[in-house]
Formats: sequence, structure tokens, C-alpha cells
Amino acid sequence: MNNDLVAGEAPVFTAKDLSVYYGSNLALKGVDLEIRPRRITAIIGPSGCGKSTLIRCFNRMNELIPGARVSGEVLYHGENIYGAGVDPVVVRRHIGMVFQRPNPFPKSVYDNVAFGAKINGYKGDMDELVERSLRRAALWDEVKAKLKKSALDLSGGQQQRLCIARAIAVEPDVILMDEPASALDPIATARIEDLMQELKKDYSIVIVTHNMQQAARVSDETAFLYTEVDETTAARWGILVEFGQTGEIFTKPRDKRTEDYVSGRFG
Amino acid sequence: MTAEVQVVDGPEVTSRLDNWAGARATSGAGLRGTRPGARRLLRDRSMTFLIVASVVLTLVPVIWILAQILMKGGSAMSWTFLTHSTPFSMMKQGGGFLNGLIGTAIMVVLASVVSIPLGILGAVYVVEYGKGNWLAKLIRFFSDVMTGVPSIFVGVFVYTALVVKFKYGAIMGAASLALIMMPIIVRSSEEMLKLVPSELKDASHALGAAKWQTITKVVLPSAAPGLTTGAMLAVARAAGETAPLIMTALGSLQLVTKLAGSPISSLTLLILNGAGQAFEAAQARAWAGALELLVIVLVFTVLARVFASRSRLTR
Repeated sequence: MNNDLVAGEAPVFTAKDLSVYYGSNLALKGVDLEIRPRRITAIIGPSGCGKSTLIRCFNRMNELIPGARVSGEVLYHGENIYGAGVDPVVVRRHIGMVFQRPNPFPKSVYDNVAFGAKINGYKGDMDELVERSLRRAALWDEVKAKLKKSALDLSGGQQQRLCIARAIAVEPDVILMDEPASALDPIATARIEDLMQELKKDYSIVIVTHNMQQAARVSDETAFLYTEVDETTAARWGILVEFGQTGEIFTKPRDKRTEDYVSGRFG
Repeated sequence: MTAEVQVVDGPEVTSRLDNWAGARATSGAGLRGTRPGARRLLRDRSMTFLIVASVVLTLVPVIWILAQILMKGGSAMSWTFLTHSTPFSMMKQGGGFLNGLIGTAIMVVLASVVSIPLGILGAVYVVEYGKGNWLAKLIRFFSDVMTGVPSIFVGVFVYTALVVKFKYGAIMGAASLALIMMPIIVRSSEEMLKLVPSELKDASHALGAAKWQTITKVVLPSAAPGLTTGAMLAVARAAGETAPLIMTALGSLQLVTKLAGSPISSLTLLILNGAGQAFEAAQARAWAGALELLVIVLVFTVLARVFASRSRLTR
């Protein structure tokens, strides 16, 4: 499926026959996918095709939804994060996440960034960690004078970069971004996209977006998800249609559905 | 619909006056002919009058009560009243309700120490752990029942369960007040905890916080102003309770600071006592006590408002 990829680099994530159920409803069916290190992998597809469900499998966030169930495997550096004895809390300490709407805590800017480190028992210099994380998130210059002010007083774009800083402060090696710019204006979006290019030097990034241009602009690899419908029961679930280098997906897709989607025929 | 259609309201309300859509459909008259008829204007005015009148009617008793307490209590209020206990002879002038104030303070503090943490923890269980299971439903159901139970029943219950064995005392009074405060705190805290956005909890979980860390570090701090509001209102309610204390604290004319074993007074018990006396001095003290209690309850209610307005969740 992804034979165009550079060989020899061990994947960060390997999803094997990954399916997700909400109650008895199948939401995502049989996804096989590899996320490579220090690249941006975009997950695209029409609304309701399971993009968010898929990305939330990578840090076991789906489990917070009552009734959600995952089958198959997600290997993180070769270890199944759904294996027996694996604590989802530990998984989430390695894998950062940024959400659709900026969701800073109603605390100060400083406390927001320090939150993850504090609960993880960080022993080092907290001031230094906060500054480093905010610099990495390209927010330091804007907030250095108001570290003690409420994070809720920042603009939406600043809040989202604060959420990225907060995720970075835990020193993860993957950052999952679930439509990180969909609630932001174009200028703030551009800043987030620039930031992602900076961050991919050190982190593997997975981004869900339903903005195809954004996927084309920022990502190295793209996964296209689509909804399959059972005609008799009207049940619908998401499947992975195609996965490969972003250039290929957008210029010479192998699947007809991918072609129709990226050329704007539907969605 | 034509211009000649009669509306059930009355013959004088032709559709021309009352139904401009119909009028427009037939004649294309636009907005002309839409002025309300005289009867509709009259009805509008009389409804407005009725509503204003009912507002005034509901305000009259409140203002009356406040004015009474302020006038009669104010004239009996003095520094002596605030700093002295009740004289043993009801006829005697002077003296005050210090014993009641101390008693109320002791019992309300004891009741708060028990009921506020327990109530909030109960609400945390209902919102964060129970999620509609049978225990959460049970807690919610009994909280509802308990808020509706006449407070004298709570007094009778504590009397039969505890007082017959351990005698009247501050702890008994506090137990009954705690039983009254608890359901109020559970229900108000539950509403406040529900307001904490799930996005915040998600963010905390995604940073590797365990559930208890999410609750102590994110959920409770975010809901703190609201939780404080609920607690303050429960405190105000407890400070104003009389019935359960009759059966548990009993009342005393002396200044009692013992927590158990000896009857203790409260402001409300002393008001009840003084107001029932034939002597003017006792009645005057009751009025002053009412004023004192009113101010205390008002302070807690205002504090509750202040905390509520600080809340980031309900702004």
C-alpha cells in the first residue's frame, strides 16, 4: 500500500486491522496504516468517515467515550498500546494531542504549560521548561509578559498555540492534532501550519483535517478515509481507502473515490 | 384566506385588522391596515397591568418583612445585645443573644465541615463516576427527596437515632443541620460539575492525567466558584433552621461552647423563645435577634452571588 515510502525507517505507529465500535455500531473498519517518524501525516475524508475516531485510537482517547470498543492492534514502536497490562494513562504521556477547539484550562498561561509536567512529576526547572515549550510553540514573545494572566484572555490562535505548547511540555514524540485550525481565522491557521513544519523536525505529527488544501500544503503523507454504507441496514462506517505520499494522493490517486474526493467532486 | 374571514375572537376583529398576512394575500395591501384594534390594545394594556400588579404583590410581603425587622430589630439592637447572653429572667431589660450566635456558629461550622466535603464528593461521584448507574440515580433520588422533607422530620430522626442515647448538644444539632445541608450541596454541586466542559477533561486526559488528577486539578478548580456558591446557600439555609434544633440542640440561656452533652442555643431558638414571651424586653430581643440572623443570612447569600459571578463557567 505504501511502497513509495522511504524504507529503513521504523514506523512510530502501525495500525493492524484496526476497528472501532461505539456500542454495537461499527464506526471504523479494518484500518491498516503506518505513521513514519518526523513527518506530518494527514487524515482526510468527508464528514463522519471516522477521521477523529481513527486519530483518537492512537492515544486511547476513544476509551473515554462510554461504550467505545477497539479491536485490532496499534503498535507504538512495536508495542501494542491495546495490549494487556498497558495503562492508557501511560500511553497518553508519550503521545500529545491538540483538539479542534482551543481548550486551555481556566488557569494562568504558565500553569497551563506546566500542567502536564507537574502531574507527571517533572523534577527539572519548571520555568525553563515553560519557556522552552512556549518558544517551540512560537508563542513566547507574545505571552512572556503575561505568564500569570488567565489563558482564557488570549486570542483563539494564541490559545491553540498554547495548547500545542502544553502538549510539547510533556515531551512526547508524537503530536496528534484533531482539526487544529478549523476554529481559527486564516492568519492564525497559517501560523499553526508554519509551526507544524518547525515541529516535524523533532516530532511525528498526525493531523486530521477536512480541509484538503491544508492537507496538501502541510503533510508528507496522506490517508484518505471514506464512508461505506450497508444498503440493507443503512449502517455506515469508515474505511481507509488509500494511503501514500501526499503528492501521489493528490496528483495520481489510485482509487476512483480518492480521485473524486481530492478533485472536489463530493465532500 | 380572504379578507372577509371572521376570526373567532369577535366580530369587530376583521381579518383586515388582525391578520395582515391574509389581507396581503388578497389585496396586496402590504403593511397598511395592520394597526391593532382597540380591543387588542385594551387587552395588551390590561395584561401588562396584571403582570406589574402581581410583581408588586409579591414584593409587598418581602418589603414589609424587611421593614418590620429593620425597624423593630434596629431599635432593639445595641452593642450590649451583640456581646451579652440572654438574661435568666425574661422580664429583664438588656442582655442579648451572644449565646445563640455562638451556638449557631458552632453548629453551622460543624455541619459544614461534614456536609460540604461529603456533598461535593457525592456530586463528583454522580457526575464523573456514576454516569447514570443505579447508585448515582439513588443518590440523586434521595437528594431530591431529602430537600423536600420537612426539617422537623430531620430533627425527630436525629432525636430518636442519637439524642436519646447521647443527650442534647451541639453535635446533635450539627448532625441535623448537616442532613439538611447535604442534599442541597449534592444537587447544586452536581449542576456545577456538569458545566465543566468535556474538552477540558479531554485535554487533561490527553496530557497523561489519571482520572483522579483530572478531577482534583481540572474539574474541581474549574467548578470551584460554583461549588462555593452552593455551599454558601446551604450554610445560609442551615443558619436559619429552627425546627430540627428544637429536638437536637434544645436551647439554652447560657453561653455554651461544649460540643456534646449539654443543650446549646442558636439564634433561631432564642428568637422562637423570645417571641413567645409576654414580656416586652424578651420580644425586643427576639426582634434584634431576627435582624442579626437576617444580616448573617444576607451576607452568605451575597457571598454566594459574588462567587457565582466569578465563575468562568457560568459567565
